[in-house]
Amino acid sequence: MTITFNKESFRGDYSYHNSATAIRRFPFPFDRDEYMYSVNMEPHKGGRPGSVFEARFDVDEHYVAEMEDRAITLSRDPMRCQSLPHMTLAGWDVLELIMTSKAQDYPDLFELHRDGNRWRWVNRPLGIDDTFTFLDETTLPYGPMEYITRQTQGDFAVLDQREGNLWMDAGMVTSQADWSLDFDIGMNFFEWHAPVPRAAEMGIFQRALKFLLNIQQDTPARRLNWTMTVNPRLDTSPETYPEWGPEKRSLTPENLGQKQYLRVELQSFWRLPRSNGLLFPIRCYLISLQDLVTVPKWGRRFHRVIRDLPEDLATYKGFIVNRPMIVDYLSRFDDGAPTSPGIWPD
Amino acid sequence: MIQLRLTDKTPLSPRITRFRFQHPDGAPLPVFSGGAHVMVEMQDGDILRRNAYSLISDPQDGSGYEIAVQREDQGRGGSRFMHEQAQPGMLMRLGQPVNLFGLNLTARKHLLIAGGVGITPFLGQIPELDRLGADYELRYCVRSRDEVAVDLPGAQLHVSDEGSRMDLDGVLGAQPIGTHLYVCGSARMIAAVLDRATALGWPPDALHSEEFLAPAPGEPFDVHCARSHKTLTVGAHQSMLEALEAAGIDAPWLCRGGACGQCETDVLACDGQIDHRDHWLHDDERNRKIMPCVSRFRGQLLTIDR
Repeated sequence: MTITFNKESFRGDYSYHNSATAIRRFPFPFDRDEYMYSVNMEPHKGGRPGSVFEARFDVDEHYVAEMEDRAITLSRDPMRCQSLPHMTLAGWDVLELIMTSKAQDYPDLFELHRDGNRWRWVNRPLGIDDTFTFLDETTLPYGPMEYITRQTQGDFAVLDQREGNLWMDAGMVTSQADWSLDFDIGMNFFEWHAPVPRAAEMGIFQRALKFLLNIQQDTPARRLNWTMTVNPRLDTSPETYPEWGPEKRSLTPENLGQKQYLRVELQSFWRLPRSNGLLFPIRCYLISLQDLVTVPKWGRRFHRVIRDLPEDLATYKGFIVNRPMIVDYLSRFDDGAPTSPGIWPD
Repeated sequence: MIQLRLTDKTPLSPRITRFRFQHPDGAPLPVFSGGAHVMVEMQDGDILRRNAYSLISDPQDGSGYEIAVQREDQGRGGSRFMHEQAQPGMLMRLGQPVNLFGLNLTARKHLLIAGGVGITPFLGQIPELDRLGADYELRYCVRSRDEVAVDLPGAQLHVSDEGSRMDLDGVLGAQPIGTHLYVCGSARMIAAVLDRATALGWPPDALHSEEFLAPAPGEPFDVHCARSHKTLTVGAHQSMLEALEAAGIDAPWLCRGGACGQCETDVLACDGQIDHRDHWLHDDERNRKIMPCVSRFRGQLLTIDR
């Protein structure tokens, strides 16, 4: 597989763009014409060739630019990456999982050579060739979790499992949908989900926690989640709200197709063998509405989903002020024809 | 499940034997965390037995998995199979490591209390604690010296019939705030330790115990599986989970010992009394759920959602 990496930005001039291939492989999250919460888990064991589900940690045309954007965010705010003292072993778990997966899934991009605890890691797209001692932090420029997640797309929450709960005790979070690792660090599963409307009353968190606590070493799981973002911005954090919040008011009927993005998270869940922790990668994919509607099924369906979404969910997802304009725009791509089941383009 | 070769069988004490499993091709096995167990499948004639055993080898060493099995002559037959019929060279199926007894790495100190063969989960945790440089205290309690399965230089050995029983209150009372307690041994010992710790004011979240229950025999009973439209009789020496499996009804499972919660099943109707034997269900769930791996029923008919 050869990937041509885009030269693009996720801030300032927002030159982010999707190729025709990237549009076709976009993880459209709606398998029907309406949306409500569900514990929509499935095994993360590959998927359609070419899809974002195929590799364990998907690498796409945005890889290099996303890693540059992460470095900018970290240089402005180092607290986006934190690891409590008991989480170092879990950090090595994360490094091992990602390095072995990427070297197997993308042998032309990544190489891992292991001689006992002496490891050599080659990352061609980022021009890295490092040799280090596994489980010896002093041989890496950063802690193990920070080192590997500076080279891996998506945010990462590393959860400690104890007292029958999960605890957000480490993470790398620079492409988040308006939540803060610095605020959530040390919280348990119910505490960090407290702001989500409806779901607690629906019993969703109890069921989801039970499922997550039982995830086994050889059975990772995944689900899709979604929200909306104005402009292709990865760093939509509470910390930088003054920079991106006002951009929600910059939409007009004329620029909406270009500036309004559907933001989809491919979330996966992995048991970490050495620490018995749980890794929760949250990989963000962005697509402008004008690109999205080039797939007719997605244009029809997305119009119906956004139009019929309950008010509190539209508020939580942060686009209530713009919903009428978005629905107007999308209605032009919905001729009322029935849509086929499933998420894939026809 | 993975198929592994039994490569070594070494007696550690008159009743406890160590078994080592390796990949038939020499491939490395997944590493694990201290306190994890594996499910071992045994084809014992017509009966497929599945027992959980703690991994006692170094968790970071993927060259093989080691377990220690105590022979239980009054048991259902799994340990007898391992002692009598399992021989080096045999291929056996093992599950992935699962940890229901992990260390709490936020603890200031770890107090490990083992009774007899209950030393096994700690054997995986000791190398981990040593590597982390964590503060720990290991108390290894046996009735007589010939029960000692491993020589542990860092452990304090208590031998009842030599008069060196552990002073439980003294040990529990001398720990710094922030200590976590882990106990593994007989049901009686676990209950005694947890009761004393609670009485002495230990916080519940600092108390950890592991006891895999073997499904105890009982009177046969009938169970109706509503979703599968089948009515089964669970035999005296069979668990309900085994009866479901024998009838081709799919039920998830992990520990098969009442601890992990995986096989939790809704009770739809109950004309009689459920004999709950698990460590999983809360009191307020016991009138509407059952753990078919260990629990039984007395009465006319139990209807479950399977």
